[in-house]
Amino acid sequence: MTRSNGSPFAPHTAADRRAMLDSVGVDTEADLFDIPETVAFDGEFAIPARSEQEIRAELRQQFARNQNLTEFLGRGHYSHYIPSIVGHLSDRAEYLTSYTQYQPEITQGFLQVLFEYQSMLVELTGLPVANCSMYDAATGLAEAALLADRVRQTSGETILVPEFLRTGKRSVLENYVAGAGLSVESYSMADGTVDTATLAETAGDSTVMIYVENPTVRGTIEEGLSEIGEIAADNEALFCLGSDLVALSLLQEPASVGADVVVGEADVLGLPTSYGMGLGIFATRETFLRQVPGRLVGVSEDADDRRAYTLTLQTREQHIRKERATSNICTNQAWVALRTAMHIASLGPDGLVELAADCVRDAADLAARIDALDGYQAPIYDRHHFREFVVRSDQPAKAVADALEADGFAVHVIDDHLLQLCVTETNRQFVDQLVAALQEAA
Amino acid sequence: MIHDQARYTQGDNAHEPLLSEKDSTTIAIDPDADSQAKITTASPLPDELTRDELTLPALSEPELARHYTRLSQMNWSIDSGPYPLGSCTMKYNPKFTEDVAADPNAAIHPDRSAASAQGNLGLLYGLQEYLATIGGMDAVTLQPPAGAAGEFTGILVAKAYHEHHGNECSEVIIPASAHGTNFATAAMAGYDVVELPSDEGGRVDLEALKAAVSEETAALMLTNPNTVGLFERDIVEIAETVHDVGGLLYYDGANLNALLGRGRPGDMGFDIMHYNVHKTFATPHGGGGPGAGPVGVVDELADFLPRPRVRETDDGDFELFDPDHSIGKVHGFGGNWLVLIKAYAYIARLGDSGLSDASAKAVLNANYLAKQLEMEVPYGPFHHEFAATAGDRDAADVAKRMLDFGVHPPTTKWPEMVPEAMLTEPTEIESKRTLDELAEAFNTAYRGSDEELETAPSRTTASRIDQVSAARNPRLSWQALDSE
Repeated sequence: MTRSNGSPFAPHTAADRRAMLDSVGVDTEADLFDIPETVAFDGEFAIPARSEQEIRAELRQQFARNQNLTEFLGRGHYSHYIPSIVGHLSDRAEYLTSYTQYQPEITQGFLQVLFEYQSMLVELTGLPVANCSMYDAATGLAEAALLADRVRQTSGETILVPEFLRTGKRSVLENYVAGAGLSVESYSMADGTVDTATLAETAGDSTVMIYVENPTVRGTIEEGLSEIGEIAADNEALFCLGSDLVALSLLQEPASVGADVVVGEADVLGLPTSYGMGLGIFATRETFLRQVPGRLVGVSEDADDRRAYTLTLQTREQHIRKERATSNICTNQAWVALRTAMHIASLGPDGLVELAADCVRDAADLAARIDALDGYQAPIYDRHHFREFVVRSDQPAKAVADALEADGFAVHVIDDHLLQLCVTETNRQFVDQLVAALQEAA
Repeated sequence: MIHDQARYTQGDNAHEPLLSEKDSTTIAIDPDADSQAKITTASPLPDELTRDELTLPALSEPELARHYTRLSQMNWSIDSGPYPLGSCTMKYNPKFTEDVAADPNAAIHPDRSAASAQGNLGLLYGLQEYLATIGGMDAVTLQPPAGAAGEFTGILVAKAYHEHHGNECSEVIIPASAHGTNFATAAMAGYDVVELPSDEGGRVDLEALKAAVSEETAALMLTNPNTVGLFERDIVEIAETVHDVGGLLYYDGANLNALLGRGRPGDMGFDIMHYNVHKTFATPHGGGGPGAGPVGVVDELADFLPRPRVRETDDGDFELFDPDHSIGKVHGFGGNWLVLIKAYAYIARLGDSGLSDASAKAVLNANYLAKQLEMEVPYGPFHHEFAATAGDRDAADVAKRMLDFGVHPPTTKWPEMVPEAMLTEPTEIESKRTLDELAEAFNTAYRGSDEELETAPSRTTASRIDQVSAARNPRLSWQALDSE
């Protein structure tokens, strides 16, 4: 059907439109608008309408302006191979084009998927309560700090975070906690992980929450988690652990080291590299259930006594509790959570653990090869690593990165002579070329 | 129309089994002596750095394909039928936007150098420009990942602006009929909320507003048309009232679909606005998200927007820059990238005439549908949505009954200014024929006997669900079910 002048997604025929206008009792749609002339607009945005085919060509051309680089990039946004089943099933319109499950009787399918997602997070974190999504790891961390503020027994106002932390993540945290009168301070790190002796001195009466990442943003695996848990407990501060779903399948279970809240990147599974789009983990203890931000799916029964799922404990949320809600979050990342659950289900426990084990092996292998080159030292920390590690270069790091980019590779520059590289199954096959390019740039 | 939803039933008391009921496999990583695990993995790490075991379902691809296909059949969507949830703008999501968002060249890491990411930066710049002109704003950030995150960003910008100018204000004014997110957002930003009553006609009570504003006023957050679809006719005077005390006027973009091409928040005196691209610009709601909540501001506030922003250089390239007084960041990276691509594609598909036509047809559809209903609509003239009242019937019961007729019911019992409200927004995508069917579902349900209403729905996968017991005895994981 061609409609030269209008939205291609408004199905009105001329006859229907006329009949509808007559039914309402007006001549034209313009008569229905109650907008004073002084603030009315003439509709001229100067945005030309294009056909589907034209837009697809335009954007294909647009995105082709990105250089075709092989990325060895991580630091909070990762690439893992996504089985085809995830894309095909998550794209089913019944999932993709549905809304929040405010009528649970007719949306049991999505509710069950989200319930299963929550359950997978419970297994991976060891904590009994997981919500069905935050926007990303940074906002999840920020919400954890606000939870800590609501439940604290002490009069503190400080959130302690690691010296090595993405500046963006810290900035989000600072923005969220400022309204509650909290401030963010760093504790120092030693050889790439938490300096527990210094942390014990830094933490005190004013500490509301201690945030630790495992693996850290520099890829090191933390070795003193239980001790950090004790430091937090001694200071009546919450222990918030940041991680990701692949790492959680192999590394120490957060609950076993005393974590009160787990946040981090759930998007490592389910989402391809997507320019920073995320899915935030949020899991916590039973004690804090009524302080959890975001949506929760629970089990109930229907009138026929059959098990049924529904959004629950909604009195925590903004549409009921308004300014006293646990968070302002409404729209979340439900469809990403669905993809993540599908990805975990297709890996199964063996596939997931094997993937995590490869993240340790591949990083160690690549670091060893780079360390063997003249002009580089890798990894610079005497720790186990997960997916990524820091390289010290004799040449200025920026010059090395520029040379690599000219050779078709993207890596992180994190200091004057420090590079960071991330390796997974999606770029592993390019490791030989990367090592050759590094040698060239030394 | 009658709709029987798919229903797979296992035994007497469950539908499609949980993944964990189909299989539960334990992998030992660091097994202790009494481990039941059948499989042990060769860990590359010392035992003290790893967990002991991991238990998850291990199912084959065909089993998973059936699991997720069956669950999808037990789910309503905009592609299934009408979904007239008021304030949610459930439009059809054009399929081609999925294809453009799946372009492998766009799937790059956010830490790429600007020189190697010109394609993505160009798209962001183009969308910033589109949104600025559509809203009548001067500068736009695309970083906020949802509408509520956009509100939070906007209020932080207002706060930074006031602090920069030494204004010590502590209050945000919000009409009683506003979305719950407005109140929660203002509180999160550290402001006291001042709730503003509506006048008899359902709009902002101008006298009450004049009494409420003071030097303490940081901002007034306003939805226009408001949540019962009424345009705030006094908008110019409202803006003056707020501006006169040094406050800023914030536009909640939830109802922008009513205004496309007919009015721009910037022309009405708004200083800050957010756009709900998953509403107005037809990106899929995905069962609750992801959305995106870009924020537009007037020139005076541009320096406070989140970092980084995108601009065009003299030679046609794109670069990132940090605004001078930026509030910092509101998302770890750049927001919901895939959603932003889809929004750009939708706007490009419609263009000027399509955008204006969308709002025209959305408003026509709402008015036509309301005309066919037996329920009263107390407030008007409304635009793209209206709040009917179920009167002496329970709006939630009427909604449950509607589920049996192949339609999704409207938003119920909100806003509270309308008793037993059924807030209805059909959007422009419904034909006259569908609206007639929808009206029949409304009217049949509304006329139904008490018994029909109380026992509904009967044709959905689940019959009426007990919400109270779900909250009283929270069971939030399959582990919690196992331990019962």
